[in-house]
Amino acid sequence: MTPSLDVSGLAFAYPDGHQALFGVDLRIERGERVALLGPNGAGKTTLVLHLNGVHRAGAGRVAVGGLEVTRDNVQEIRRRVGIVFQDPDDQLFMPTVADDVAFGPANFGVTEPELSLRVKEALDAVGVAELADRSPMHLSGGQRRRAALATVLACDPEILVLDEPSTHLDPVARRELADVLLGLDRTMLMVTHDLPYALQLCPRSVVIDGGVVVADGPTRELLADADFLAAHRLELPFGFALG
Amino acid sequence: MAAGHAHPLYRAGDSVVHRLPAHVKIVVAFLFVLAVVATPREAFTVFGLQFLLLVAVWVAARVPPGWLATRALVEAPFVVLAVLLPFFADGPRVEWWGMSLSVDGLLAGWNILVKGTLGVLVSVTLAATTPLRDLVSGLSRLRVPSMVCVIATLMLRYLEVIAAEARRMRLARISRGHDPRFVWQLGATVRSVGALFLRSYERGERVHLAMLSRGYTGAMPAFTTTSASTATWSLALVPAVAAALLAVSGYWAW
Repeated sequence: MTPSLDVSGLAFAYPDGHQALFGVDLRIERGERVALLGPNGAGKTTLVLHLNGVHRAGAGRVAVGGLEVTRDNVQEIRRRVGIVFQDPDDQLFMPTVADDVAFGPANFGVTEPELSLRVKEALDAVGVAELADRSPMHLSGGQRRRAALATVLACDPEILVLDEPSTHLDPVARRELADVLLGLDRTMLMVTHDLPYALQLCPRSVVIDGGVVVADGPTRELLADADFLAAHRLELPFGFALG
Repeated sequence: MAAGHAHPLYRAGDSVVHRLPAHVKIVVAFLFVLAVVATPREAFTVFGLQFLLLVAVWVAARVPPGWLATRALVEAPFVVLAVLLPFFADGPRVEWWGMSLSVDGLLAGWNILVKGTLGVLVSVTLAATTPLRDLVSGLSRLRVPSMVCVIATLMLRYLEVIAAEARRMRLARISRGHDPRFVWQLGATVRSVGALFLRSYERGERVHLAMLSRGYTGAMPAFTTTSASTATWSLALVPAVAAALLAVSGYWAW
């Protein structure tokens, strides 16, 4: 079967000469939930921005659902890769939540009456249907995060990419978001420093450091290896131990 | 403000005026103001009748005049000039309560005052009956360049975000004992304005990135396609046409 995401030999250097990725290989099958772990500056964000064609590979290739990222198909690639950014205030820019959720699909050519249906489904999927006409400014942190998730779900992406989904959430909102994410039947790549969250949501983890993949395996096994974690500036929170 | 897309000038309601499509209201308000501006300044009755037209709109919209009046006070600073004109303008003068006033200045002052007031009242009426986002989509329907509409949309959204950020920065400053009482102590405030600018700039880049990721190509998709029927247009145009006829009658009577 065609994998949802197929990255091979991906290398990239910024225009200032700083090399961020040195040949990354990553294959994610349809329906998988994968955590992308690594210290700050490891190249996680750079990798994510390659997935939807914001950065263009210096070497290697990226394919989403079998479609290779090129200059000409960037729009279709962006529909297939739904990125939920770290700060919902960066993502939610329209006057109301419903307008924001409609923004993506409308850009990808969805028109009424299908558009309203998409908006409703996406808001229902994350449990914020009653907030449709509210301004993002007046939502709680957890509501904002879920609304941001809805803006991407409405585009019906092949793969959902979440950048630090648990930051700034209180424990209840954090758990509620986990419930929502576990209820979605979608391929997911979750970039995070929150290792317990990775364990809860993603059976498989990929660790990236210094621009290369240094480990790829079951999350529980990776997180149980304290020496490996320490070598890559990763650490479980105080009081956590995995047998 | 609890309501979603509310703004301080908007008064939620479900009147016939509220229900009119935004682009229709913008056109009508614009024509009404044009008619007021075109009215000769000596046609005192005409201004009174135009004001009554506006009152009729308020009744239809169920907006209390007092509520509108307080919001129309924004005009006050501009009225100063109108009050000064009778004292300083040239030409024949009249005596009034021991003061020598210029006739030309009186008329010029009246002209500014009455047209300014009616103009502000029309704008406040438009704002009171139309949510902000409808105003923006109305403008885009009227073929205002899409870049201008995008900028307006983003400004409306991020003004609050940036204001909240500024409040937090101020709180952090005063928590560390910053208490500027004199101009020369404003250095820290000025520097935090600089920091706020940089932060907002970076946020702008992140917002743009997030928009690109959802397929933004430079043009906002048109969602709301509330078109107006001929009947709606003809009903909505009544106040504007009446105001224009009154303006013309002003010339004729004079």
